[in-house]
Amino acid sequence: MQRALTLHQTTVGKKLIMALSGLIIVGFAIGHFLGNLNLYRGAEAMDGYAEFLKGLPPLLWGTRLLLLFAFGAHIASAFSLWNRNRKARGSRYKVHKDLATDYAARTMYWSGPILLLFIVYHLLHFTILPAHPGEVYRNVVEGFQNPLIAGVYIAGNLALGFHIFHGIYSAFQTVGANHPRYNDYRRDLAIAICAVITIGNLSFPIAVLAGFITL
Amino acid sequence: MSDQLLNLTLHVWRQNGPNDAGRFETHQAKDITTHMSFLEMLDVINEELIEKGELPISFDHDCREGICGSCGMVINGVAHGPQKLTTACQLHMRQFKDGDEIWLEPWRASGFPIIKDLIVDRSAFERIIQAGGYISIRTGSAPEANELPVPKKDADSAMDAAECIGCGACVAACPNASASLFTAAKISHLSLLPQGQAERQDRARKMVAQMDAEGFGGCTNHGECEAACPKGVSLRWIARMNRELVRSMVRAEAPIESRDR
Repeated sequence: MQRALTLHQTTVGKKLIMALSGLIIVGFAIGHFLGNLNLYRGAEAMDGYAEFLKGLPPLLWGTRLLLLFAFGAHIASAFSLWNRNRKARGSRYKVHKDLATDYAARTMYWSGPILLLFIVYHLLHFTILPAHPGEVYRNVVEGFQNPLIAGVYIAGNLALGFHIFHGIYSAFQTVGANHPRYNDYRRDLAIAICAVITIGNLSFPIAVLAGFITL
Repeated sequence: MSDQLLNLTLHVWRQNGPNDAGRFETHQAKDITTHMSFLEMLDVINEELIEKGELPISFDHDCREGICGSCGMVINGVAHGPQKLTTACQLHMRQFKDGDEIWLEPWRASGFPIIKDLIVDRSAFERIIQAGGYISIRTGSAPEANELPVPKKDADSAMDAAECIGCGACVAACPNASASLFTAAKISHLSLLPQGQAERQDRARKMVAQMDAEGFGGCTNHGECEAACPKGVSLRWIARMNRELVRSMVRAEAPIESRDR
């Protein structure tokens, strides 16, 4: 017997899942960046902010569960679509010229897995296995003083920038927000969110390497 | 206009049937006038091939006026060739220079099996239309012209979407061989008009299910389809298709079955 068609079985539904879960993750990334601005206010502010979050288990664990769910849905849909799209071409073109796509869009299947590896490393580095538990500021500054670790964070955030540039713009289109009168704003908004998160995040390792943030 | 004659080198995909591996064959096009259309240039080569007792290059064509959607091939990596908003039949040889090398390939997609050389089987598009791209009408004498008022803005939008001639260039150009632009144009065209409302409830579900069942990929918003489309069908219709699908899913009274190819 055939099952009833549900939204997530269609390619469009899978894209909607990717768009909505992606927007949840971008929303978190904005909050994550804003919280990390405490680094510029010094050790007390940063560690105090971390204590404050840990003092609110429903918020902390609610966010973690939501993110776990969003990442799971995002990756599962991406894998399913990738598998499908790869088979859809059939034979390869000998000559192929791109007319409209850009670097960020063409490298989504690369920036995504790179980001996943980076996030796993980031969680191990600061959340799961920190060098000095409870001393967030010290962990971050000591970590970024190592050029190799700072380099990993810079590379990871560049991948994030490319991924969410296409991701945010693309998510608007996928959820159906396309109107000739507003499409310029749509692109501007995507660029603005992407620029704030990426440049902001990149500033932390660079500020430590430059000696602007010290222990 | 220049009356210069062109001598070109063509690398043409030759494939004897759906199960043949296929290969490129090189042909010389000699003394081609710039006034010829691209298909006329192929006609000249084919006449020479026939005279030599060889099989002519098979390609699809019908109206040669850029409106039927029959012709189409990937010319130097671009569906319908280098001129924007132009079908292969309306592409003229003045777009090329003497001594150019031209690579000719069929649309490549699992949903469009190659029949022979540059001809692909596009009946998948017919099945997507059959799944839901129709309206129920009263047959018989022509209806009163102004019986169903249509706002000017809706009529214009519907016409923009209805410009799609179903040539398949969107599938050929898409990195995922997705048929989203075609399916979206058809869903949008009908959903905008009063005549399309009767089946609107199920249309998007049925057509998207069929599109997926044909083995086409999903949309990743690269915009290659829009850039390759000879009729300038806009990506905005894909956004509209997505909205229509959600609407169709939410409001549906009876579930429809999932389909396998």
